[in-house]
Formats: sequence, structure tokens, C-alpha cells
Amino acid sequence: MHEFRVQVGPAAFRIGSQWKRPLDQLAELYRDYPVPTVPDYSVRLESVSLLRRFIRPSVAIHGDYMLPDAAPLPLAQGLLAAEMAMNLQMALGWRRHLLLHASAVEKDGRALIMTGQSGSGKSTLAAMLGHRGWRFMGDEFVLIDLDKGDAVPFPRLISLKNEAIGAMMATALDGRFGPLMEATPKGDIRHLVPPADAIAAMAQPARPALLLFPSFGFEATVREVAPSEVFMRLTQASTNYVALGEKGFSTLTRFVQTVPARAIDYRDGIEAEALVNQLWAECA
Amino acid sequence: MSYDGMLLVDALRDPAGTARLDPAGWTALLTIARVEQLLGTLARRLTGLSVPDAVADILAEARVNAEYQRRSALWEADCARRALADYSGKVVLMKGTAYVAAGLKAGEGRHIGDLDIMVAQADLPQVEAALLKAGWEWVKEDAYDDAYYRDHMHELPPLIHKERDRMIDVHHTILPLTARPRPDAAAMLAEATALTNGLYVLNPADMLIHSAAHLFADGELDGGLRNLWDLHCLMTEYGDDAFWPALAKRAAHHQLLAPVERAVRLTHQLYGTEVPQGWRRWHRQDKHYVRRLTARDHWGRGTHKFTRLLFYVRSHWLRMPPMMLARHLWTKWRKSA
Repeated sequence: MHEFRVQVGPAAFRIGSQWKRPLDQLAELYRDYPVPTVPDYSVRLESVSLLRRFIRPSVAIHGDYMLPDAAPLPLAQGLLAAEMAMNLQMALGWRRHLLLHASAVEKDGRALIMTGQSGSGKSTLAAMLGHRGWRFMGDEFVLIDLDKGDAVPFPRLISLKNEAIGAMMATALDGRFGPLMEATPKGDIRHLVPPADAIAAMAQPARPALLLFPSFGFEATVREVAPSEVFMRLTQASTNYVALGEKGFSTLTRFVQTVPARAIDYRDGIEAEALVNQLWAECA
Repeated sequence: MSYDGMLLVDALRDPAGTARLDPAGWTALLTIARVEQLLGTLARRLTGLSVPDAVADILAEARVNAEYQRRSALWEADCARRALADYSGKVVLMKGTAYVAAGLKAGEGRHIGDLDIMVAQADLPQVEAALLKAGWEWVKEDAYDDAYYRDHMHELPPLIHKERDRMIDVHHTILPLTARPRPDAAAMLAEATALTNGLYVLNPADMLIHSAAHLFADGELDGGLRNLWDLHCLMTEYGDDAFWPALAKRAAHHQLLAPVERAVRLTHQLYGTEVPQGWRRWHRQDKHYVRRLTARDHWGRGTHKFTRLLFYVRSHWLRMPPMMLARHLWTKWRKSA
């Protein structure tokens, strides 16, 4: 079994693989990240059978935390399998912060957090802002400190899907991209290494200052969101709110009471950036 | 250095010995503990000892998780208690939920999955109806599986609660009806111990006998190290001079003396449990059980494939007579083909 280790924000991973290629790709893309000694979680990329290790190789995702019905991926998508496996450990295992399924960027020590369904554009928005004057903190999970309420970065590789790939290749001209993986279960996928400042500052938290619920594809508008609705939507965006018990409740309550929230609709990146700047000036 | 499940056994038996571990040893230990569902238990055992910072963070996380499981298990038991408020018979909590509800050492840090309860066989229709009314529903819609459970198993087909997404197993005895030993379920219910909330747990001897039967007379020893740790805790907590002869008598009454004796020998052998001299005689097959119980590598993967296969075959052999096994496997095979 080949092995690769990486530290992303506060979480440390060990990835084992029966094939060397996905780990070479990870090592290249994560080359500027720290290497941990004792990992928090182990994941394994293993063949579904001995035969399928060599003929039309098929990667099954195993690890400390597993989904029983996770479909295997072709070896060409091994990098995606590793990323999905690492995300799964966080979603099912992490108990050290309140985990929100959200993206975040930082400016002047304060964080802008964006959450929403898949396809809302939160990931692409964070990637774009991270290349336009903000510090990128993460495009998948934001970790809220259980004592101080700070947002802790989790700047893993940025996972770009479909149209976002071309958009970011035009924005991040000197960006380092992973291989293009076509027709995955999630469409076309290409990973982008976060900007150097995001990796260098991955241990630096920021105070949450604004929460946005973006929706892509509608005419530009801004709506207020009632605290009760924010609370309910964030319980659904958190995979460990219930497991954290009273700490989860007090952390989320404080977050909702102190962080202003807005829903925004937008049709393209320029429109979104203008809305973000306007709201950042007004609320944050 | 190559690691296996003995690394975890040693750490549970002698927590201070972990001071000798290097990062690779810690990595293997934590991975194996997690896959054996003993990380919370290990975290409890290592409380107060000096460990590397990264390890301390992982153990703290495991303690949070164990507390969550304890809380949800007790909540789930209370939901069942309320659903069965109109039922006049005894509702006996079993396994992990029983250990935490009764405040036993075996419950400390323990991983708890489904809720297991036992009621009198004659009352199953009433209990089933009350649970369905309170929001539980069938997991398996398959007619063969449903009929198989009802005709041959020691429990109803599993039910899952539609809102809380939690499973309940309703037992009426402790082994499948097709297994050779016929435990006296009525005696177990009659002598169950009452908790303050109106629910019951098995009395100490029956609790230990159930755990041993589950490990050595039913399954294929998956998760066996955790099961054996439960047994270690029960023996340590209950094992005074009067307990052991009473245990032997009770086990014989339930036709389960052999698995109980094996449980005592292996617990003593692996976890160093204090047991009377007469219970320690080593059986020539015990080494195969140790090999199966500790068959893990430093990635947490199962090793010793052939030993595993033998115990898998054995588990089915114990569960049902040969002709019935053949019919069962044939039906299962035709359905999957």
C-alpha cells in the first residue's frame, strides 16, 4: 500500500492507495502543505477485487468512516476519490468545531461565510474572491470554534465543477490545476491549489462578520433572512450539530445572534462581487 | 514493526505501556481501535496519562463522540419506554444501552449502535403494534427475510424510527431458534433487575451469559475485541466469590456453559481479567479464537483471510442445521443472482 499524508487546517489525513498515481497527483497538488506525524483519519483507495486492480481498475473508498453504498470510481478519478474520502471523514468524524457545509474568505481578520445547496455557487464565489483581494479559507467546510466562535480555515484543494472550471482558468492565470476529470458522478471536475496566502495562513482563524446564502441564476437581489430561518438552515448545513450537544447549540446560537445574514441572487461573478462588496461595507 | 490487534489489547490492559509508542505505533493503535469500535473506551482508559498532542486531540474527540452515543442511547431507550407505556410486561434493555442505563463500567466510552430490548415472546404482537403506532417502521420489505425472522430468529425483523432514523431490535430470547442451545428466556425475564425509570436490565449472570453467547455461540467474531472488553468489565465489576459458582450454574441452566467458559478463559488471557483458578484451563482451540480476534493490520484491515472464512462458516453452522442452511443459502443466492 502506497501512503501519503497531509495536514489541512486543523485536520491531518493519511491516505493509502494500491496504486501510486493518485498519490503522486495529491503529493504534487498538496506540496506546500505540512506533513503530520499522527493523522486524525486514515482513508484507503482499494480495488473492488483483485482482477479490477489491473483490468479497468476501479477504486473503492474505504476509511475510518465509510458510507455503505458509496459507488467505486474509475482509477482515472482516483484523485477525486481521495478528496471525497477526506471530506467524508470530516463530515462524519469531526467533533472539535461546529462544522458548517459552507465556503469562506477573509479580509482584515474578519470572515465572510457563504452557505447553500450544491449549485448555489458558494464554492466558485470563494475561489474567485480568493483570487481578488480576499484570503481563501475553504470551499467545502467552515469550522466554528466552540469556545471563541471564530471561523477556522479548512483550505483543501478547490473543487471546480463544470462551467466553474473555465471561469477560474480565466481568473487564476498563474493557478496550479489538477488533471481534468470528465464525466464523474458530479460532472466535470478539476482541482485548483488555493493561493499561497491561503495555505500559509491556514492556522489563522477569523471572526465571522457576514453570512450569505447565495443563489446562482436569478436577477440580482438582496433579502434579509430572519434569525430563526438562519438557525434552521445552519442546523441543516452542519453534520455535527446534534453530536456536539449543548456546545453545538450554544455555538450556533451565538453565531446567529452576532453575525448578520443576507440571501443574494446573482447571474455572474461580476454581479456577485459587486453585491458582496456592497453588503460587506454595509453590514460587516 | 508490524502491528495487529494485540496492540489494542495491550493498550487497554496496560494503558501506561503506551508511553513506549512512536508515531507509527500510535497511528496503528488509533486506527485499529476505531475499526474495532473501541476508540471511546481507549480514550477513557488513557484519561490522565501523558500522550502526544495530536493523540490527545483525537482522544478528546472520541470522548465527545462517546458522550453523544451515550446520550442518544438513553434518549432512544426513553422513547421506547414511552411508546410501551401501556404494555404491562417487562421491557429489558440489552447490550450497550443496558450498560449505560445501569451505570456499569462496560458502558464507559462504549460505542452504541442500535437499541436492543427483550420482551416475552407471547407479547410480541402487542409490543410490535405499539412500536409501529409510535413511528417505527420495517426496514426489510422482503417477504422471505420477514418470514425468516419470524419463524427462526430470536428477534423481530429490525424496525427503524422514521423521524429519528434509529433502529430497534426486539428480542424474545438471546439466540436464534435454530441454534442448538435453548436458553431459558422466561427465567431471564423473571429475574431481570428493575431500573428506576421502569425499564429493566438482565441480572448480572444473565447479562454476562448473553454477552458470551452473542460472541461465541452466534456471530463470526466481528467486533469481538469490544464484546470481550464488555465481558472483562462485567467480570471485574460482578466477580466476587459468590458470583462464579452461581454463574456456572446459571450458564448450565441456559445450556451455555461452554461459551461462557470460553469467554472467561479468553478474557483472562487477553485482558488479564481476575478470574478463579478453576476457570483458567486453556482449551486447545482457544489460540484460533485469539488469532481471529486480533486479525487486523496497521491500516485497520482484516487479516488472516482463511481464519476469517473458517469462523464465518462456523457462525452459520452454529446458527442452523445443515439442510436448513443449504435451503437458506440457496434462496439467498437465487435472490441475488
